Amino acid sequence: MSDTTQIGSDALPAPRSGVWRDRARLLALALGPVLGAVLLSGLVLLALGVNPFAYYGYVVDRGLLNPYGLQATLTRMGPLLLIAAGLIVAFRAGIWNLGGDGQFLLSAVIVAALGPLLAPHMPVWLVLLIGLLVGAMVGAAWSVLPALLKAYQGVNEIITTLMMTFLGVSLANVLVKLFFRDPATTVPQTRTLIVADRLPRLFDTTISSGLIIGLVAIIVVHLVMTRTAFGLKLRIVGANPRAAIHAGLSVPALTVATFAISAALAGLAGAVEIMGVQGNVRADWNPAYSLTVVPLVFLARFNGFASIAFVFLFSVLSIGGESAARRTGVPNFFTLVVVAILLIMLGITEYLDQRRRAAGK
Amino acid sequence: MTQTLNAHAATANANGKALSHGPAPSPGPASSHGAARPIVTLDHVTKRFPGVVANDRVSFDLWPGEVHVLLGENGAGKSTLVGMLSGLQLPDEGGVLIDGHEVRISSPARALELGIGTVFQHSMLVPSLSVVDNMALGGRWWSRPDREGLARRMAAVCADIGVTIDPHAKVGALSLGEQQQVEIVRALMRGSRVLILDEATAMLTPKGAEDLGALMGRLVKLGIAVVFITHKLNEALAFGHRITVLRLGRRVDEISPERLAALGPAAATAEIIRLMFGADAAAQATASHPRRAPSTQPLLQIEGLAVDDDSVPLAGIDLEVSPGEIVGIAGIDGNGQKQFAEAVAGQRRLAAGRIRLGGQPIERLDVGGRRRLGLRYVTDDRLGEGTVGTFPISLNLLLKQVGEAPFWRHGIDQPETIATHARRMVSEFDVRTPGIETAIGKLSGGNIQKALLARELSGKARAVIFAKPTYGLDVQNIRATRQRIREAADAGLAVILISTDLEEVLELSDRIAVMSRGQVVGMVGNDAAARSRVGELMSGATP
Repeated sequence: MSDTTQIGSDALPAPRSGVWRDRARLLALALGPVLGAVLLSGLVLLALGVNPFAYYGYVVDRGLLNPYGLQATLTRMGPLLLIAAGLIVAFRAGIWNLGGDGQFLLSAVIVAALGPLLAPHMPVWLVLLIGLLVGAMVGAAWSVLPALLKAYQGVNEIITTLMMTFLGVSLANVLVKLFFRDPATTVPQTRTLIVADRLPRLFDTTISSGLIIGLVAIIVVHLVMTRTAFGLKLRIVGANPRAAIHAGLSVPALTVATFAISAALAGLAGAVEIMGVQGNVRADWNPAYSLTVVPLVFLARFNGFASIAFVFLFSVLSIGGESAARRTGVPNFFTLVVVAILLIMLGITEYLDQRRRAAGK
Repeated sequence: MTQTLNAHAATANANGKALSHGPAPSPGPASSHGAARPIVTLDHVTKRFPGVVANDRVSFDLWPGEVHVLLGENGAGKSTLVGMLSGLQLPDEGGVLIDGHEVRISSPARALELGIGTVFQHSMLVPSLSVVDNMALGGRWWSRPDREGLARRMAAVCADIGVTIDPHAKVGALSLGEQQQVEIVRALMRGSRVLILDEATAMLTPKGAEDLGALMGRLVKLGIAVVFITHKLNEALAFGHRITVLRLGRRVDEISPERLAALGPAAATAEIIRLMFGADAAAQATASHPRRAPSTQPLLQIEGLAVDDDSVPLAGIDLEVSPGEIVGIAGIDGNGQKQFAEAVAGQRRLAAGRIRLGGQPIERLDVGGRRRLGLRYVTDDRLGEGTVGTFPISLNLLLKQVGEAPFWRHGIDQPETIATHARRMVSEFDVRTPGIETAIGKLSGGNIQKALLARELSGKARAVIFAKPTYGLDVQNIRATRQRIREAADAGLAVILISTDLEEVLELSDRIAVMSRGQVVGMVGNDAAARSRVGELMSGATP
């Protein structure tokens, strides 16, 4: 992950020959950093005077074992999976869409404003459908500028998407405070979508059906990227843009398509979060999901199924971490410390693996 | 380090003076090492990598005042041998002796300390820095680089070896040949007595290669030992004093200066080919190719083609190629050949002009449209644009047909069909690979070229552009590739052969166009007078 040009250059592991050794290597590459991060975070906790076993105990209990905790974990996965799906498309096509948070939040605000407005006039399913569509479109619209600049002027999309995120987050706040504000509340927030009008829950649980949307999206994205001609074209552009031109692919059009899909999925995540979990948007609310999902997608090496596993792990950590933080007196954002350490461990593992491979040559 | 440098400067000056004293008889290469001891000796070194023995008990002596050529096919073990001399690798067995003392060259820095400098095929200079600043790299980080002093020392070394380099020029603005001279000067300034030139002529124009050959001659007269690695036999014979042939990791034979002189160029060439490939290859190499009589109706017609380009714009290019005809495009590299090929293939917009294939206008079609009509382009930049190195061979063989039936149906890939196609291509075109799922970037240059030929020549090809098709290949693959080009023409394809290798153009073409500064400056039939006519046109002697 040292370099822009490397992110798209993924080779799918060869089937048959050396499959198991390859898989074992991938497993070690994926799990090694996780174990290392848990260990190091434990040491940090020790230094803070907190018993790491107690902390991790709460995390596992509240995030995984406790039925309500597990349901919250699974609900949290919905939008994260959608964001991960969007990042997989972009990264495999060699594009750093780091503007997911702006795309997510703008879509969330507009869907939150639209939902209560439409709800009295049409059936629930139609409101939800329109909400999801509008969310996806708003997300995509927020990537148009970086997409065109990248496709036709070659402007670095890392800068433009990050800038668009700052603009998007601020614009979302302005919208909440000035235009979509619920007059019935003192705290600036949008009007709340009533629970009956939200995404249906699964069976008799509190799990939002956003989880299903997320799972479907990431599996579809995985299959599209690995099995279809369109996915292969994106991967060619990602791995070697000059080869794409040589092969007659329209690189600008594919670049714009990549941005559109990636940002639409981030926007969809915003809609799912609002219509499945939050019901409204408070001013200054920004969960910054997109930037936290980036390392997870890297850990999964842009593989859809592995991403599901890592998103699940992160959800457990983040839901369990919230209650563990309350009980042990550790700040809430200690979860981010764990993720940060995880990232560093990921970098180190990657470096060691490259050295090992260089030595094997 | 300073010591070695001073020592070197002293010898260099002494030699320089000796040289400047009138036209003293050139000290023939064999007699130049009065010291009866080689500078560097590799004593039965063995180096193993997982699965291969890259060097198997190879012995190798390097004498002062000699250009020692290392010849061998790709994979013969040349790079490994150089790697052990330049400190990139350590031998598993055997020893390295310098001036008769056993040493361990554990790092490139250690190699430099011992007086072994290496100039790699690809430039190791920082293009955005000036020449002196590049020389200053590697100095102590806290001290300000002494630019004036460096420039003076550089000028002294340049004068010794007879090159002129502007010390304040930006490296990026220099030609590849000049950059190599900078690297050679840098190696000498650091006190190198042994200079390794790893495939140094591969990227150079013919003139640049000649200049380098002359420079090597001047270097050895200063008592420096040069290791010269090349694929080109004519260069080996022209510049080398002693030739060692490697094959499959073993040293096959060494041809001493005395024997080289006794054999003469023709016999030496045959001998080297025999050593490199075995007895049968030598006979094949000399077999010549009967000329065909191409039909008269042109298949590919290019009229008034013009392309806007910052470095070499094209203007007013007319060219007609009949089925079964090979039209060679000769010219010094960088005179618009690449732009021409890309414009015809559809990768570049035309500013003006028409292209017709079988009478049908194609200049408005994109790459895919032109390909579907039978126009093919074998690029010279095999890894840069011809393939996606990390992708399997099977997909690279279909890189220009992504989404087309029967390999994709409704946009979904058909792995069985793709694999069958890949296996057929691999066996038809003799691509040596562990499997069709192997990443193509792991293959040798020759095998990547075979895969590219498979992609471009299979299916309904009608006209093919070959851009420098044998560039960077070893002798055996050069021969195989040329054979493919002939077969393509014999099968009735219209062939454009772009090459900077005049021998190649003369060997294969029916007619030869010469490109210079973005224009076709002349077209000659390939007859007895062709060589001199083309040469005149290339050098700009006639309008």
